[in-house]
Amino acid sequence: MTTATFIAPVASLGLPTGPFFDAAAIRLGAGARALAFFGQPADDPAALTLTLALEAGGRIEVLRTDVPRSQGFRALTPAYPALHVFEREIHEQHGVVPHSHPWLKPVRFPSPGPSGMTGYPFYSLDGKEVHEVAVGPIHAGVIEPGHFRFMCLGETVHHLEVHLGYQHRGVEALLLRADPRMLTPLVETIAGDASVAHAWASADALEALAGLAAAPDVDASRGIGLELERIAMHLAGLSGMANDVAFLQGAATYGRLRTTIINTTMLVCGSRFGRGWVRPGAIRGALAGGVADAVRAALGLLKQDVGIINDRMRSSSSVRHRLAGVGTLTHAQALELGMVGATARASGLEVDLRGDLPGALYARLPIATVVEPVGDCLARALVRMREIDASIGWIRAALDAHPGVVRSARPIGPLAPRTLAIGLRESWRGEVVHALETTAEGTLRTYKVQDPSLRNWHGLALAVRGNEISDFPICNKSFDLSYCGHDL
Amino acid sequence: MLKAIRVRASQGRQYVPDLRAAVPSGFRGLPVLQGDPCPEGCRACLDVCPTTAITLAPLRLDLGRCIFCEECALACPEGRIEFTPEHRMACDSPTGLVLEERRPGRPAVAVARALADLFGRSLKLRSVSSGGCNGCELELNALGNVNFDLGRYGIEFVASPRHADGLVVTGPLTANMRGALELAWEGMPAPKFVIAVGACAISGGPYAGSTVLAREFLGREVPVLYVPGCPPHPLTIITGLLDLLGVDLPAPPADSASATAR
Repeated sequence: MTTATFIAPVASLGLPTGPFFDAAAIRLGAGARALAFFGQPADDPAALTLTLALEAGGRIEVLRTDVPRSQGFRALTPAYPALHVFEREIHEQHGVVPHSHPWLKPVRFPSPGPSGMTGYPFYSLDGKEVHEVAVGPIHAGVIEPGHFRFMCLGETVHHLEVHLGYQHRGVEALLLRADPRMLTPLVETIAGDASVAHAWASADALEALAGLAAAPDVDASRGIGLELERIAMHLAGLSGMANDVAFLQGAATYGRLRTTIINTTMLVCGSRFGRGWVRPGAIRGALAGGVADAVRAALGLLKQDVGIINDRMRSSSSVRHRLAGVGTLTHAQALELGMVGATARASGLEVDLRGDLPGALYARLPIATVVEPVGDCLARALVRMREIDASIGWIRAALDAHPGVVRSARPIGPLAPRTLAIGLRESWRGEVVHALETTAEGTLRTYKVQDPSLRNWHGLALAVRGNEISDFPICNKSFDLSYCGHDL
Repeated sequence: MLKAIRVRASQGRQYVPDLRAAVPSGFRGLPVLQGDPCPEGCRACLDVCPTTAITLAPLRLDLGRCIFCEECALACPEGRIEFTPEHRMACDSPTGLVLEERRPGRPAVAVARALADLFGRSLKLRSVSSGGCNGCELELNALGNVNFDLGRYGIEFVASPRHADGLVVTGPLTANMRGALELAWEGMPAPKFVIAVGACAISGGPYAGSTVLAREFLGREVPVLYVPGCPPHPLTIITGLLDLLGVDLPAPPADSASATAR
């Protein structure tokens, strides 16, 4: 049976540096997908431990090596651009140089100096009639901060630089400070609109370290929370996209449908954002009796009304005019960049952890992967519409298969020493990765968090090339990436 | 056109008529501290609180720190802490956010007469997220949807600090946003004021111990309104604003006991 969680003793993973990079190149060249690539302090203070997690054919493989800090290593990015942001992060967090990296820019400014946030090394565009437009970090709407710089010829964007880091609040450092069994409330705020996904991936890794296999009802409860989160945020995305093209009936209708769904989430777990739904070893999101009936009723209403507004939005010529052919990220670009999640699927990439690494839950209750081929703003809207339908169907099937899911709790025992566990879940944005490694005493040595936004921001930069500046808001909304999830 | 009418018909009437009286079903809101004093030496709630919101003897719970995770209520062997669906818990002072055993009532907001006179019928707000997780930001956005319809009170969020009367701060205040936050505040014309929304803004919340925050701004520019929650329910935010501006206050007798107790 395929499993969604990776676990292995650290001692089983190490390779010498040469074979590590050879193996990495062979796997990546054969089409393996990089799930994560990160650094951490090695036992030898003069070395850095690199961990590369790959997925191919429904299997996770982890390669690991130590490199001397002073010498650095030869970057994989020139041959495999999907790794560009991982290597930039390794460089920024540990000061170890990936040589020949073509794009070694800051990721999030984890420890800014006095001029920290004003020192970003922007590219510039020279020539007649060339100009730059700087936007942010504070934007017009009520959204998170980030800086965008457009290099333009007239109204046409030639390149967009995305300068983030404003939301950096030291998540990974804080995750190492507390008892690992009590981290979920913090984990739920890593990207607060994907609380269930992050909490679940984290719980997966922790439970694996504690030797605890999640019971079918536990998985089902979490899966239902995850799909409610997906529906809610896809509705928020569609509402925002409708608003950005001045289709106000869409903005209002998708907005109130989202209210129905997040109020349903609140009925189950007390929070409109799924806070408290997931706890390691426990079922907190009980779905029995009246609560299950309420979930079914909300889905029934949604199914009916979302169909009506989808039909209206899809057939409106003014909406199509603003979305079709705008902000296109081609299949080739998405593949090269290693895009993940709904955004990747809107560019024709069939990547979805629920199908690729189904584990027991999605093997028992499969969910179809939704793919749209074109990669423009319209495709990203259509993927959302179709995934809402798929999620409604999945939740109904899960409720049928798991009647009477009640609260329960199992204690989390000692964690396996010197072990690496990686939990992965498909959030509404894409794959969330939580890698936890223990010391010889069973305490946490490393906690690596990865939000899908880390990989997807550069996709937005490519998608707006050749577009007008005025189309940037709709492009940005159609990607709907997380600033705090990226900045940690 | 027919499709537009179909959508309109499906939409129905969505707004919440009386925001103060609304009961958000299932909401884990205002906790109550009840029962006899804690057994000697018991610190079950303290040990599981991720934000050090609780102190003992007497039992106190600081809503400015609380992220409403429910761990304390589940851990307490005496059932002394219970979360209720009550959403009204905004306050005009941080000390008013501290609940204490044997002191009934909920935090309350007194009408700020000067603000009410100036902004009671038209208030423009500018939001700045400084490390917010998009929970508070989405709930601020929800204030403007067809359910809560903040605009009915003449309150709205504006694009520029230049047009704003109030600054709504969310997030724990990151060092990397310090400069931008100061610029936004400087750009706002006086008279102006600050509102802190969410546990992160009020106390740092789960990030209180982080080394990459810069919270001086809120030490210097003291908020006129504190809205607890993680994230706060839109009803908590909106009724806090309405109370602050004295908008549509209910007739005194019905609710006076709990509204004045602090």
